[in-house]
Amino acid sequence: MNNLSKELSKEELFHSGHPLCPGCSGGVMSRWITKILGKDTIATISASCMAIATSVYPHVLEIPSIYIAMAPSPAGITGVSAALRILKRKGRFPKDRKVNVIAISGDGSAGDIGMACLSGAAERNDDGIFFCFDNEAYMNTGIQRSGCTPEMSWTTSTLEGKQERKKDLPRIMAAHNIPYVATVSIGFPEDFIRKVTRAKEMGPGFKYIHVYSPCPTGWRFPENKTIEVARLGVETGFWILYEMEHGCLKLNCRPEKLRPIQDFISTQGRFGKLSEEQVQTYQQEIDKRLKQMENLERCQT
Amino acid sequence: MMLTGNYACAYGVKLSRAEVIPVYPITPQTHIMEKLADFVTHGELDAEFVSVESEHTALAVAIAAQATGARTFTATSGQGLVYMHENLFVASGMRLPIVMAIVNRALGAPNTIYPDLSDALDQRDTSWVQIYVENAQEAHDMIAQAYRIAEDERVLLPVAISFEGIIISHYMEPVELMDQDLLDQFLPTYQPRHVILHPDRVMSLGQILMDDSYYMEYRYQQQEGMNHALKVIPQVDEAFRQVFGRKYGGLFQTEQIEDAEVVLLTAGSLASTTRAVVHALRRDGMKIGLIKLRAFRPFPRQELREILNNIKCVAVLERDVSIGAGGIIHIELCHSLYGSENPPLLINYILGLGGRDITFDDISGIAQEVYQERNRESVDHPIRWFKVRGLT
Repeated sequence: MNNLSKELSKEELFHSGHPLCPGCSGGVMSRWITKILGKDTIATISASCMAIATSVYPHVLEIPSIYIAMAPSPAGITGVSAALRILKRKGRFPKDRKVNVIAISGDGSAGDIGMACLSGAAERNDDGIFFCFDNEAYMNTGIQRSGCTPEMSWTTSTLEGKQERKKDLPRIMAAHNIPYVATVSIGFPEDFIRKVTRAKEMGPGFKYIHVYSPCPTGWRFPENKTIEVARLGVETGFWILYEMEHGCLKLNCRPEKLRPIQDFISTQGRFGKLSEEQVQTYQQEIDKRLKQMENLERCQT
Repeated sequence: MMLTGNYACAYGVKLSRAEVIPVYPITPQTHIMEKLADFVTHGELDAEFVSVESEHTALAVAIAAQATGARTFTATSGQGLVYMHENLFVASGMRLPIVMAIVNRALGAPNTIYPDLSDALDQRDTSWVQIYVENAQEAHDMIAQAYRIAEDERVLLPVAISFEGIIISHYMEPVELMDQDLLDQFLPTYQPRHVILHPDRVMSLGQILMDDSYYMEYRYQQQEGMNHALKVIPQVDEAFRQVFGRKYGGLFQTEQIEDAEVVLLTAGSLASTTRAVVHALRRDGMKIGLIKLRAFRPFPRQELREILNNIKCVAVLERDVSIGAGGIIHIELCHSLYGSENPPLLINYILGLGGRDITFDDISGIAQEVYQERNRESVDHPIRWFKVRGLT
């Protein structure tokens, strides 16, 4: 295994001392993203846990950033990239200086309130990288259900478990035929770094990266288990790592043999009340979804 | 050139060299969007035209682009304006000199594409400079003035130019276009020194403040910007006159008020009809004048107070209403005149909502009604709904 400290820049653009909960995936994510993309980056942050980490003085990113409102972080990509284009054309910004334009959003701001805005920016293929920080609920306001909350999960607004399934945002985004869609997990740093680097190096267009981000506070697990839970998510098939470059699907980091979903579920208090039958149902869903993705991957060649 | 209000506005935007233009279609604004798309497609305007998926996004894109250092423009009407309401506060809170055209449209339900100024007046607390214009020429010229006001370092607030849908937006009038070279001198390139998203000058815009840190100071500074706008708006109007020979009066325009006993105060297209009425009644020997209110934010409180000091009666004619309170301009005028030594009687006519036609005879009738009441101590029914079916 490669050493992360060799692969990533030494420069810290996201500092320790931020007000995120202990064990939050978001600190890891923000640190890696800024290290990969570097200083020539402009970020739009939407209302989410990440806004608290990056926009509360003095806890700021050392890159220029803007917080507009909850929904329109994709519009930040649109506006910043459009402005850079015209400023370069008119000679008010160096033509050959590449600036990464990014947005960081939560699952609620990306997939619920901001869905139209996200879809619009993707459909126009505006130039930037959009990161969806998916901790599977409105964690910043105190763990309320979002479209991305998985079925049967407890939240403070689904006291007996969510009845509906998780909204499959990355596949919705893939349906926009954008140049790049990738799912990543903070439990798989090499895969994470490779995909963000890929998005950075691609030509102009809308790149969507969905970051699976276990939340000790909301999912009810000990704060020193974040990476373990993140890895279990992938190892059980609960979260599938894949990328779609110009529509071509590739599954990544496949375990040789999937672990039972129970291994993932039992680490978290949010699934505390599941019966054996419910776990079985979950297992069937997971198996089915994985089969579908594998079929999709196979059928395209 | 014969132009509709919408096209006149679009030419104003083109000549002002807007650089990023995010817009979402809505009647009666859409012709502005179409004309700008046409200018950009045919190389007449070097700009990034973005056809967005909602008005909320339109203003968000403008915010991000203006924050990156480009001059931006957007336009909307009625429902679209209230849909972007949240972002109006963001634009002004970040001190971004965005210019927007609001083509007034009555709000649903029930739904209509005809005008009512309530859509724009409803945005009064968003810290945008608001100016209402009465015809296509003024709409055209005021786009350029709006950028100069907004970008003035004493102001640095977004500016909205409002004109009524259909009545102004869709009818053609002769319009004299601004000369490009003269305008380039009048309105230099946008070079922000206050806020900018640039990798070499790292700053975080739209920060989250915890506890009691500086929120009030942000707001107070916006108030100071708005206070400066009271001076800057007339200065820009005068500077514009010196270059282009046309002048609109700054905060408000007055006619024949020096010896007037009664003043008709109105805004937008009603001002044209009211002006004609005032001229006609003057010929009949009535001491009557006109105030065309142009700036609603900042509201020219002190300026109006001074000018209305010895007037016997002011009738506020307005195409808007705050249900439960009265005409919105009337309410503002009431608080402006509170405590003045010799305040005029105030009578409010709510009229023309949803584009109901208001004719010369209508306003003439109102003027004569008010004129008869001018010497009274007080008036009955100071808030009057005009020409409502079933109401006598």
